[in-house]
Order: sequence, then C-alpha cells, then structure tokens
Amino acid sequence: MKHIRKLFHFIKPYWKLAVVALVLLTTLVFSDLAIPLLIERIIDQGIKQKNLTLVIQTSVLMLGISLLNTLIAIGNNKYSVLVGEGVGRDLREAIFVKIQSFSFGNLDEFTTGKLVVRLTSDVSAVKSLVQISLRIGTRAPLLMIGSLILMFKTDPHLALTLIPLLLVTTGVIVFFSIAMEPMFRAVQQKLDRLNTVLQENIAGARLVKAFVRADYEGERFEVANEDYTERSIRLMQFMSTMSPVLTIFVNIGIVTVIWYGGLQVIHGNLMVGQIVAFTNYLFTTMTPLIMMTMLSNTWANGIASARRVNEVLDTVAEVQEDPNAQPLPDQALARVVFNNVSFHYCGDVERPILEGVNLVAEPGQTIAILGATGAGKSSLINLIPRFYDVTEGQISIDGVDIRSIQTDSLLSQIGIVPQESILFSGTVGDNIRYGQPEATQEEVVAAAQAAQAHEFITRLPRGYETHIEERGVNLSGGQKQRIAIARALITQPKILILDDSTSAVDVETETKIQSALENNQRKHTSFVVAQRISTVLNADKILVIDRGQIVAQGTHAQLMQSSPIYQEIFDSQLGNGFHEGERPQIFDGVNAK
Amino acid sequence: MTLPTAIRGSSESRPSMPAMGPGRPGKIEKAQNPRQALARLFFYLEPYKWTMLIVLTLVIIYTMLGLIAPYLIGVAIDKFIGVKDAFGLVRIMLLMLAAYVMNNLFQAIANWIMARLSQLALKQLRRDLFQHLQTLSIRFFDTHTAGELMSRLTNDIDAVNQAVSQNVISLVASVLSMGGILIAMFVLDRWLALSTILVIPIMFWFTEFVARYTRQGYRDLQKNLGGLNGVMEESISGQKVVKAFRRNDSVIEAFRVQNQAVYQAGVYANTYALLLMPLTNVLGNFFIIVLAGTGGWLALQGLVSVGMIATFIIYGQNFIQPLRQLSNLYNTIQAALAGAERVFEIIDTPQETVDPIDPLPLGSIEGRVCFDQVTFGYEPDNPIIKNMTLEARPGHMIALVGPTGAGKTTIVNLLTRFYEIQNGKISIDGKDIRAVRKSDLRRQLGLVLQDTFLFSNTVIENIRYGRLDATDEECIQAAKLADADYFIRQLSQGYHTILSERASNLSQGQRQLLAIARAILADPAILILDEATSSVDTRTEARIQTALLRLMQGRTSFVIAHRLSTIRDADHVVVINNGEIVEQGNHQQLLDKRGFYHHLYLSQFKGQAI
Repeated sequence: MKHIRKLFHFIKPYWKLAVVALVLLTTLVFSDLAIPLLIERIIDQGIKQKNLTLVIQTSVLMLGISLLNTLIAIGNNKYSVLVGEGVGRDLREAIFVKIQSFSFGNLDEFTTGKLVVRLTSDVSAVKSLVQISLRIGTRAPLLMIGSLILMFKTDPHLALTLIPLLLVTTGVIVFFSIAMEPMFRAVQQKLDRLNTVLQENIAGARLVKAFVRADYEGERFEVANEDYTERSIRLMQFMSTMSPVLTIFVNIGIVTVIWYGGLQVIHGNLMVGQIVAFTNYLFTTMTPLIMMTMLSNTWANGIASARRVNEVLDTVAEVQEDPNAQPLPDQALARVVFNNVSFHYCGDVERPILEGVNLVAEPGQTIAILGATGAGKSSLINLIPRFYDVTEGQISIDGVDIRSIQTDSLLSQIGIVPQESILFSGTVGDNIRYGQPEATQEEVVAAAQAAQAHEFITRLPRGYETHIEERGVNLSGGQKQRIAIARALITQPKILILDDSTSAVDVETETKIQSALENNQRKHTSFVVAQRISTVLNADKILVIDRGQIVAQGTHAQLMQSSPIYQEIFDSQLGNGFHEGERPQIFDGVNAK
Repeated sequence: MTLPTAIRGSSESRPSMPAMGPGRPGKIEKAQNPRQALARLFFYLEPYKWTMLIVLTLVIIYTMLGLIAPYLIGVAIDKFIGVKDAFGLVRIMLLMLAAYVMNNLFQAIANWIMARLSQLALKQLRRDLFQHLQTLSIRFFDTHTAGELMSRLTNDIDAVNQAVSQNVISLVASVLSMGGILIAMFVLDRWLALSTILVIPIMFWFTEFVARYTRQGYRDLQKNLGGLNGVMEESISGQKVVKAFRRNDSVIEAFRVQNQAVYQAGVYANTYALLLMPLTNVLGNFFIIVLAGTGGWLALQGLVSVGMIATFIIYGQNFIQPLRQLSNLYNTIQAALAGAERVFEIIDTPQETVDPIDPLPLGSIEGRVCFDQVTFGYEPDNPIIKNMTLEARPGHMIALVGPTGAGKTTIVNLLTRFYEIQNGKISIDGKDIRAVRKSDLRRQLGLVLQDTFLFSNTVIENIRYGRLDATDEECIQAAKLADADYFIRQLSQGYHTILSERASNLSQGQRQLLAIARAILADPAILILDEATSSVDTRTEARIQTALLRLMQGRTSFVIAHRLSTIRDADHVVVINNGEIVEQGNHQQLLDKRGFYHHLYLSQFKGQAI
C-alpha cells in the first residue's frame, strides 16, 4: 500500500478530473438501483392492476434513466482515461528524467533492459490500476450497500436469510484470491525457467550443434516445458472453474428468493414484482464481489509494478554535485593529479578496483594506460569525469578537487571516446555534431579529418548525410570508432580520454590517427587506454596497471629497462619472432624518441 | 432478474495468464491466412478428439440446462405462485435448484478438462517449435539475432496462450446457448421473440462502429508507442554517452515530444475502446425495457403471463451476454492467429541439409583432414573461400593466420558443416564429410570458441556438457588437466556453484579454462580453437596456454591464431588472405620468405593482443 500512496503524488495534478470521474461513478449507482425498482412497479402496479398508462410511463422513464446512465458512464470513462493516461505520461517522464540524473554506478545496477521494462510494462500496469479504480472503485461497494439496503427495505426477513449465503460467497472469494496468488507466481517462475532454456539454446546454438547435444537440449526443454505446463494447467483449471462455482452461489440465492418469496406471495405478504426486484438486488450484491476477484489480478500486478517504479524513482544518484561547486575556468591548463586514489564499486568493498593510485599528468601530456582485462584501466579513466566517485583519495584538475567543480563545466572540458562506440540514429554528421550541436560543417569535417574518418565518410553513398542504421550496423567497427573519436574531438576538449578506442582500427590507420592527435597534442592532456603495445609506444608516460595498482610508470625506453611486466607484455606481443637485427628496424623511431 | 446492467463481463474482469514477453499494449494484428493458422492450431487438439467429444457433450447438456431454469421460473410464477400452490412451488424450486447446480457443475467439469487439454496442446506446440529449432542451420541463427528470435517466440506463443486461456470453449458454449435461446423464445412466444431479434442488428452496428474507431486509434497508438520506445531504448542504452556529452536536456526534450504524442493517441484510442461497454449496456437496458413494455402490454391483453415475461427477460440477458464477449475475444483471437502463423513460419523453415540415406561410418579416426579445391560464399555469388586446398596430417597443429575477414572462421564453419561448401570436397581420413552423418562428424570435433558460452547451471554440469555420461571424477580430472581446478575450488560452492547468467561471476580467462575442460572431457580426435583476441591477466594467460598445449597433444588441431606464441608452436602455419591460401610453412620459413606473412607480421602482429 505504501507504494500506492506514493503514486498519489502523480494523481494530484489530476485530482479535479479524478473527483469528477468518481462523482459520475457514484451517480451511476443511483440509476443502477432505480431500474429494478421501476421493473417492480411495472409488474406490481402496471400489469397486476391493468394500468397501461403506468406501464408506458414507467417504460419511458426507464429508457430516459438508461440513456442518462450511458452518458454518465461515457463521461466517467472519458475522465478516468484522461487521468490514467495523464498519470502514465507523467510517470514515464518522471522515470526518464530520473534516469538522466543517474551516475554510471546507478546505470550498472539497472540494466538497459530493466529500465525499459520500468518505462513500458510497469507504467502501463500502474496506468490500468488507476483507470480501473476510477471506473469501478466506488461503484462496486456502493452498489453492494445500496442493494443490501433495498433488500432489507423490501423484506428484512428474506434479506436476513440471504446473509449467510453472502458470507459464504465472500469467504469462497477470499479463498480463491488468496489461493490464486502463489499459483500465479509459480507459473511465472516456471515460465522464466522455460525462457532461460530457450534463450540459452538460441544463444549457444553453435555449441549445441558442435557437441551434438540436440537431444540433451530437447530433454532439458522437455523438463522445463513439462513443469510449466503442469503449473499452468493447475492455474487454468482453478481459474476456469472459479466462475461456474461462484455462479452456483448466485443461483442458490435466486432459488431461495423465489422459493421463500413465492411462499410470501402465496400468503399475501409480498408481490410478484418485489420478488423480481429482489433477485435483481441479489445480483447487484454478488456480481461486484465476483468482479473484485477477477480484478485482484490487475491490482496485484499494478502494485508490484508500482513497487518497481518506485525503486527507480527512489534511487539517489551516486555522484552528487556539491552545491558550492565552481565552474572550471575557460583557460584551464588541465593538469590532472591523482592523489592516493582508491576505488571500489558501490557496496563491493571486498573487491577494490583501484588501490592507492598516484599520478601526475602535466598539461599537454599523453598518458597511456596498459594492462590486462579487468586490471582497472577503464575504472581509472572513468573517475576523471566523475562518472564514478573515488572512494578514497583525491583527483584534482589544476589543483582543484574535481568534486568541487560543477559537473557540467567539468564534462564540457573533457572529450571521451568510450570503449564501445555507441552511435545514435541520425546522419553521420549528426553523430559527429553530437559533441557540439552548434558546430559548423567545416568544424565537423575538420574533426573527421583529425580522426581519419573524412576519407571513408566521403566514400559513403551520401557522405556526411548518410543515415546511420540501428546501432550503426552499416558501418564497420573501425569506422564507428573513428566517428566516435571525431565526436569527441569536435568539442575541443582540454582533456581527451580514449578508452581502448582504436582496437578495431588497423595499425596503419591508428598511426595516422595518432599523428593527427599529436598535432593537437599540446592543446589537450590525453589519457589513452590500450591493449596493443603499439598504441602506447609514443606516450609521454606509460602506466602499467595490474590488479588495480600501478606497477610501473615511465616512457617506453624507461620501462623496457626497469619493468619486467612491461618487458613480458612487449615480448609476447612484439618480441622474439624476429631475427637478430630485425627488431631495430621497426623500432628505430621509438628508440630515438 | 436482470443482471446489474453496468458491471458485467467486461474484458478487464477476465484473469489472464502471466505474459511471457514484455506486453504489447492493445496491438491488433491480423494473420495473413487466418484459416490455415486456425486449422493447424486445431491439429494440436487432434489427439484429444475423444475427450473433446465428451467436453462437447457436456457443453450441450449444460447449455440445455441453462435454458430450462429460466423457463421454470416463469412456470413457478404463473402456475404456483399465481394459484397459491405452496407444495407445487417447493417441488418446482427443487427442480430448478437441481437444474442450476447441474448446469454449473457440468460447466466447471468441461472447463476443468479443457484447461488441461489446451495447455497440453500448447505444450506440444512449444515442443515442436523447440525440436525444430534444433534442426535449423547455423545460417538461421546467424541471420536472426538471439534477442529478435526470443522476443518473437515468447510474444507469439504468449498471444496464442492468451486466446486459449480466455477459454475458447466458453465462446462455443455462448454461441450454442444463443441458438438455443432463440429457438426456445420462438417456441414460447413468437411476438416477444421477434422484439428480441430487433436488438441483434443494432448490437452489431454498435460494435462495428466502435471497433472502427478503436482500430484506428490503436493503430495510431501503436505507431506512437513504437516511436517512444525507439527514443527510450536508444537513449537508455547509450545513456553513458548521453551523460558524457551533456545531452540530457535534449534527450529529455525528444522524449517529451513523443511522450505527449503517446498520451494523446492513448486518450483517443482508450476513450473509443471503452465506449463499447456503456453502449452495449444501454442496449441491454433498452432491450429489457422493450420486453417489459411490450410484455406488459401483451399481458394486459391477456396474451402472455407475468411468468412468461420474467422468463423472457432472463433469456434476453443470457442472449446479450455472449455478444459482448464476442467483440472482446475478436482481437485476442486475431492476435493469437497472427502469433500462431509466425510460430508455424519457424516450424516450416527448412532444416539443415539432411544426412545421406546410407552414411559411411566414422569410427575411431586418425585425423587426416583434407580440403580439396573448396569454394564457398555466404552468398552464392560472393565467394569467401576460393578454390582452397589444404592438408592437415594426423596430430599436427595447424595455425590459421590472416587479416580480419580473410576467411579463417569460415574454414571452421565448413569443417563443422555449419555451412555447406559449394564446390570441391572436404574429407577426414579420406571420407567425404558429406557422406557421413553430421552428428558422427561433429562428435569427432572439439570446439573451443572465442566467445565462451556457458549455461546457467553448475560448474560441473557445464564441464559434463562435453560428455554427458562422464562421472564426477572424470569431470574433475578434466578440470585439473585444464588447470581450472584451482579456481573452481575457490568458488563458494566449488564444483556445484551455479554460474549466473552470462557467467558474470567468472572472469573471461576462467570461462575459457572451463571451455577447455569441456573439450578435454569430450576427447575429440580433431580440435578447433578460436583464440581469444582480448588479453587476460598474465597468470591466467600462461595457464590457458599450457592447458591448450596439453589438450592439443596427439590431436589434429586447427587454431585461428592471434598469439605469436601459438604460431611459433604450430607445426604448420597457413596464411590466408581474401579467401585464398597465400603462403604456408612454419613460422621461421615464412619469415624467411619475406612475403605476405612477413608484411602481416610487421603490421598486424606488431602489437595485436597478447
């Protein structure tokens, strides 16, 4: 319920509409209850007393009420739809805006898939909950109360006789609702299992075939399929017999009314029309009950979704901006200093990612970071733009702790080329301009040239206007990386971060990119993460990271002298295969530096 | 006896089964050939035809019982209450109670049986689908992404399931009962019956009117939802880039525009969709009023009795009820047929090439592999492998080297017969691989792929995947040989640790070691390895290298080599460029040649992953 209460916040802007919807709904109850009364009048006063005028009058009245009823119902629908859709829209927006404030840590926790489900199915479940509540909410209980009152007014004795039946029915319904919940959950669980088997089978198709495991997979699927089927049979049998079983109670009620009422008519205490009206009231008391059972599903879903939605809305961004934060001056030199920095992912104290990192990057220097997968290279550079916050120590730019710099100002000075080159739908030009929307065509071309992308872009069917298809499937990995580099360069950042972003580019192009960057070099401080040693040879400083610690740093020449790990990496990539005398040939340039 | 007019069987009062995939709100789809899809769905109920016959009998019985009860009410009013026959009343009431209870009981039984049958039929459909997936070629899986396939399969089967679980049997019963009521009404009083029939065309007209607007509305809504989902998925999956480039505000702006469009379309579509209920309700009321009015008038003329009017009112209610359901069920059934059609589309996809009728046996083999003038292209007119001839001697290690896209992986795809060659011949110990059973062939091959796939199961079961009848001891022995034992023992539950989805609790190197253990256990005569391009830490790296060398001992092995050390260890290096073998020999010989390999070595191996 706590989660539903929270959602009231979203209904608030629509409270007037919601009240109108509920008032209309309540009015409906009166007209609903009037119809049986009028039928009773036709039978008892019209037909019995052979009063044709009364029959016609009452019929016309009923017709009028019924039409009015429809208009009210349409009005109620309209308003509840407005409220429901409005709440849906606002919820979606609130979640989406919330996501925009997330730091990387939050994004790691909620995967893309999860967030999309929150925005789609969960919002729509909450929306249905709101809408149905406004359309049925007050009506069902009011109808029940009204009918009960009218039943007692017609014949208190008969009404009392029916009370036990009503209680039993209520009991049965409560039992059904309670029993159904775990069955639903069980089915869902088995379904997830079935989907996992299917998912793995598809994703691992090559392996399944290579090991000739089709039969084995078939058995695995069969088990999951059998389990799921068994559970859903149980649930389906339960659900499909529920309605006839409940109808038995309604029918027993009807028989009771006619039986008892009939005897009363015989004794002259009741009129036939009253019996007819009585059975109507019986229906109006019992159907809302039955309906509530059916709706319990919508309710349960809505509440579960509301909980998940709140989970997102309640998340606090891991990285918070200091209210007294200052902007970085435009003339920043970009001297980056890591002072005894340690880092572990949120809540994962057991597994430190970085430990005691000290590093000075002088303005204009290129710092290369080398190490195995999982050593902590990406984590290190992700700390500079405050994608994550250090857990210990301090990072400063031009002597200012980055935590006291305005996030927006900090990011505006940093150009980033992420490991995975994510491009957006739009043209190639749009994607490069993503870094700076107001850039001119000349600036776009200049950035593309520096990233060695201009040449291939002009060869695309429509040049810079070529549309990038979903996730950039019409481009090769290397091409995407170069567009991503251009996107970062166009911002003319003071600090440039390349996270293993030339891995899919061949060595020749990589060299060209590097020399283009070198022309710019003194303009920005750059951090280059790499796995290929050739990428890092010319750096001013090479850091070798192993298990979260800097194990060596220096220039290539220095490290070749001093660091055994560096030598090991060098050898496994470049060494040994050469004849004597061959090695200097390629590395002449490097050694001379 | 009228049911409360407003709250009766609306679509939302139906419980639905848990959905498999993410919901597809209000999507209205049509099958290309609904009749055929329906026929094939019915085929799945064929095995239960005798049980179905029983169900049908039950349905007929309870429909008839449903007709009797309202008649009895009328009789009770006219014959007994009217003439003050208390004893007769009791008798007829007992009869009525019996009729009602029997009606409900039979209905419950019929539903109970049908619930089982329909789920069993669905189970068979899922089984068929899965079995067929196993026979499809790798080409099929290469051309459909896993995500795409999954969402199709789950959504489509779900659509069928929704229709089935909305109890199609009750639809049949409703139609039967409508027919029955019509007949009964005409038998009892044709004037009253005629006034009832008046309602039917109006009802259909209403439904059609509403449905027209609703369909249009939902189509617009669907389109707008698609746009919104596009914006959402793109920006959320690229969220880190959005953040890095400070584009949050413009993303929110784009989102707002789409969100507003969805809101408007949603209001429109739902307003129209919800119109149906009050309209059918007013119609229901109108109907009762007509009955009460004409009935009252007729009664005054002495043409019908009060009891008869009561009977008719109940009949009328029971008659209108299914009409409401029909329009609700219509969309569900359409979606189900469209879903079924796509499921059948997959089931109809031709299998991988079928094995020869009398295959050559492929028992224990030496492992001599020959490619003889092999030509192949993924598209027939674009050959990737051109006229390739290659021989691997038993026990030799062949390193395949070449630039990206040269055709190295394709060679693996051909040897495993994931794809079929267009020209030439591949043979093992002199036997054309097309002349043996695919399963026999693949049993001789061990694959360790670059992207290690593990199942969400225990570690030991993942190793056992290599040979299903292996004992625990054999699995552990294989892990030891693969040098994986040390880290497995450090896991929380050792060999019985369940690997989480995508095995995120293992490092990349550890996953590779498990894959090697799996291949060791399989004990294949020919080994195919695709070396990982990304580096793992140096310690694990060394372990993998040793484990691999141990594994390759005495087996013919093909290695798509990325590591210099591997190439140096190879007996034979095959250099491939543009689908052709440009040079072969061992590392030293090739370097001495100062040809393509030498060039490649300088440009590509100068720094490519460890």
